[in-house]
Amino acid sequence: MTVAPLAATLSATWVLTRGSGAVSLLLLSATVVLGIVDVTRWRTRSLPRFVIDALHRNVALLAVAFVGVHVFTTLIDRFVSIGAVDAVVPFAGSYKPLWLGLGAIGFDLLLALIATGMLRHRIGYRAWRVTHWLAYACWPVAMLHAVGMGTDASQPWMLGLMLACGGAVAVAVVTRLATSGATAEQPAKALVR
Amino acid sequence: MSARAQRPAPPAARAEPDAGARLRVNPIACEAHGLCAELLPERVRLDDWGYPILDDRPLTPALVAHARRAAAACPTLALALERDRSSKNQ
Amino acid sequence: MNATDLPRLLAGAGRGAPSLDAHLAHHGLPSLSVDGVGLVAAVEEAGLHGRGGAAFPTGTKLHAVARTRRRAVVVANGAEGEPASEKDGVLLAHAPHLVLDGVQLAAGAVGAREAIVAVRAGADAAHAALAAALDERARARRDPVAVRVVATPERYVAGEESALTQFLSGGPARPAFTPPRPFERGVGGRPTLIQNVETLAHVALIARHGPDWFRALGTPREPGTALVTLSGDVERPGVREIALGTSLQTLVAHGGGELSHAKAVLIGGYFGAWLTAADAQTVRLDAAHLRPHGASLGSGAIAVLPRDACVVAETTRLAAWLARESAGQCGPCVHGLAAIADLLRGLTDGRVARARHQAHRRGRATAEDALSCLRRWSGDVAGRGACRHPDGVVRLVRSALDAFTADFDDHARHGACDRCALEPALPLPSPPSRARLRAAA
Repeated sequence: MTVAPLAATLSATWVLTRGSGAVSLLLLSATVVLGIVDVTRWRTRSLPRFVIDALHRNVALLAVAFVGVHVFTTLIDRFVSIGAVDAVVPFAGSYKPLWLGLGAIGFDLLLALIATGMLRHRIGYRAWRVTHWLAYACWPVAMLHAVGMGTDASQPWMLGLMLACGGAVAVAVVTRLATSGATAEQPAKALVR
Repeated sequence: MSARAQRPAPPAARAEPDAGARLRVNPIACEAHGLCAELLPERVRLDDWGYPILDDRPLTPALVAHARRAAAACPTLALALERDRSSKNQ
Repeated sequence: MNATDLPRLLAGAGRGAPSLDAHLAHHGLPSLSVDGVGLVAAVEEAGLHGRGGAAFPTGTKLHAVARTRRRAVVVANGAEGEPASEKDGVLLAHAPHLVLDGVQLAAGAVGAREAIVAVRAGADAAHAALAAALDERARARRDPVAVRVVATPERYVAGEESALTQFLSGGPARPAFTPPRPFERGVGGRPTLIQNVETLAHVALIARHGPDWFRALGTPREPGTALVTLSGDVERPGVREIALGTSLQTLVAHGGGELSHAKAVLIGGYFGAWLTAADAQTVRLDAAHLRPHGASLGSGAIAVLPRDACVVAETTRLAAWLARESAGQCGPCVHGLAAIADLLRGLTDGRVARARHQAHRRGRATAEDALSCLRRWSGDVAGRGACRHPDGVVRLVRSALDAFTADFDDHARHGACDRCALEPALPLPSPPSRARLRAAA
C-alpha cells in the first residue's frame, strides 16, 4: 500500500495520473490484442483487414497520447518528486524506483515502437519487423508497472481492469500460438469444378 | 548475411494526381495479406491463391489517393506507387 | 577463317581444348583496339545478340555498362541451368581461350578490373579446361584483368541474371526484385556486365574479323552463328554450331533424326515451346520464323519427341520438375506452378477424367473446365514473378495446349493413354537436383 502523505487530499494531477494510467493500460492491451488479431489475418465482411490494421495503429497512437498525459501529470505533481529524467531513464528515481523504472522502460519501448512504425518506409520491412517484437516486451512491463505502483491496485475497479486486460492479452497470445501452424493464404481452388 | 541490402520501398510518390503514377508490387516481398485489394478493388484483384493482380490501366486522378493509401497499408511494404517510368529505363 | 566457314566457335577444337599457342595460331590476335570504343562500335555494327536466352543486343549492353563511368565487373555466365542445354559446358571445355579473350575484351570496353566466369558446379570438363587455360594465360601474362572462376549451384534459377549477381555478391542464388538491374548495381553494388559465355566468344571473333565477317552468316536481323544442343529422338545428339536462320529440318537431319517420324519438337529447352512435327518441318531457326509459333531459340536447346511418346505425359513431367525448381520466393510462382503441375498430373492419372465423369452424371461441368482452368491459371501466373521462371513454364504449357489440343482433350475425357507410362523421352536431372542455392561452406 502506498505511503501517500495526507492521503485524504486528492490533487487533480494525482487523479489524472492514475486515471490516464488506467486508460493507457486498457488502450495498450487493446493495441496488443488488435495486433495479434491482425497478424492472424482474421477478417469478416464488416471488419476487413485494413480496418483491423488501422484500428491497431490508431489505438496505439491513442495509447501514446494517454501515456503522455500520464507522464506529464506525474511530472507536475507536487506530492511525489519524479523528474523528467525518471520518465525515460529507469531506476534512477527515489520514489519506488523499481516499479517506476519499469514504467520508464515501458514508455521508452512504446516510443521506439511508434517511431519505427511511423518510419517503416524508411527503415524497410525487415528492420521494422524485428523492432516490432518489442511490443511483446512493452506490454508486460506496462502491466507490471501498474501492479507494482499499486496506487489503486487493491481497488476492485482497478483489479477488474487489470484482470480484464491481462486476460484478453493472454487469450489472444494463446490463440495465436495455437493457430500459428495454419497457412494464412487461401488454399488453391478445387482441382476440378 | 544477406547480399545486396534490399532497399526499402520509397514512400508513395508525391506526384500530382495526373502525373502518370502507377502501382507496382514486389512479388518477393508480397505475402498475400490482401489489404491492397480491399482498398483499391478498382485496380487490384486477387488470384486463386490470394496474391494481387494489378490492372495495367493508368490511375485516374480520383484513384491516386486510394492507391497511395493502399501502398501505405501494405504490411510488408511490397506495394509501391511510382511515377510512371516509360520503358527507357527498363 | 572464311566468312562463310562453319564452325566458327568450335573451329580448331578437336578432341579437347587447344593450347594457348594453338588457339592463337588458329584465330590470330584480336586486331581491334581494346580501349573500348572500337570494340563496342564493332559489336553494335555486327548486330550480335546475347546467346543466353534473352537475346538482348550485346552492343547496347556493353554501351550501358561502359557509360556508367564507375569501376565495373564482367561476369561470363556459364551457369547453364537449362537441363536440355549443354552448349556452354561444351564451349568452355573446347574453346576456353576464345571465351577468355571475350572476357578481357569486354572488360576493357566497360572499364572493369575484375572478371568472374560462373560455371555450373557439375561441369567438370569445363572447370578443368578453364583452370588450365587460365594457368597458361597467367604464365604468358596475357590478361590485364584478373579472372576467377566460381562454381554455381546446379539449380535452374541459378543462371538468372539477378540470381547470379546475388550469388556472386555472397548471397543465395535467388532472383532479386529489379530495378536496379545488374548493369546499374550488380556484383558488390558495382555496374556489372553479365554475358553468356557464348556471346563473349562471338565478341572475341568479331574483334579479330570485324562486323562484316560476322554478318556473312545468319540473317540480316539476326546475324552470325549460334550453338544449339540437339537431343531426343536423334542418332547423333549433341552440340552443333549453326548459322541463324538454318532450317530445323537441316539441323535434325544432320543429327541423324527424321522430323517426319517425330511427334513434336521442343524449341528453347524445357523453358521453351512445343511445335508439332508438321510445323517443325517448315520452320527456320531464327526469331522471325519462330515467333509466330510462340517459340524462340532461347538457349538453343532443341529436343525431338518420337512419335510414340505422349506429349501430355512429357509436358506433365517437365512442368512438375520446373515447378519444384522455383526459387520459392513469389506466391504466384510457388502456388501457381504447383497447381498447374498438379492439374496436368490429373490429366495423366485419371483424376480429371473421373471428376468429369462424376460431374456429368450430376449434370454439371464438363472436361473443358480442366483445360480452361489451365489456361486461366497460366494467364494469371505469367509475368507476376520476380524473374521469368513462371513465364517459361507457362510458355511450355500453353504451347502444348495449343499445338496438341486434341491430345489434351482426350486425356481430360478418358484419362491416361497407353503411352503415358512409357519411359520418359526427355531426360531430367536425376535425382531431381536438390542442390542448395547457397555456396557450400
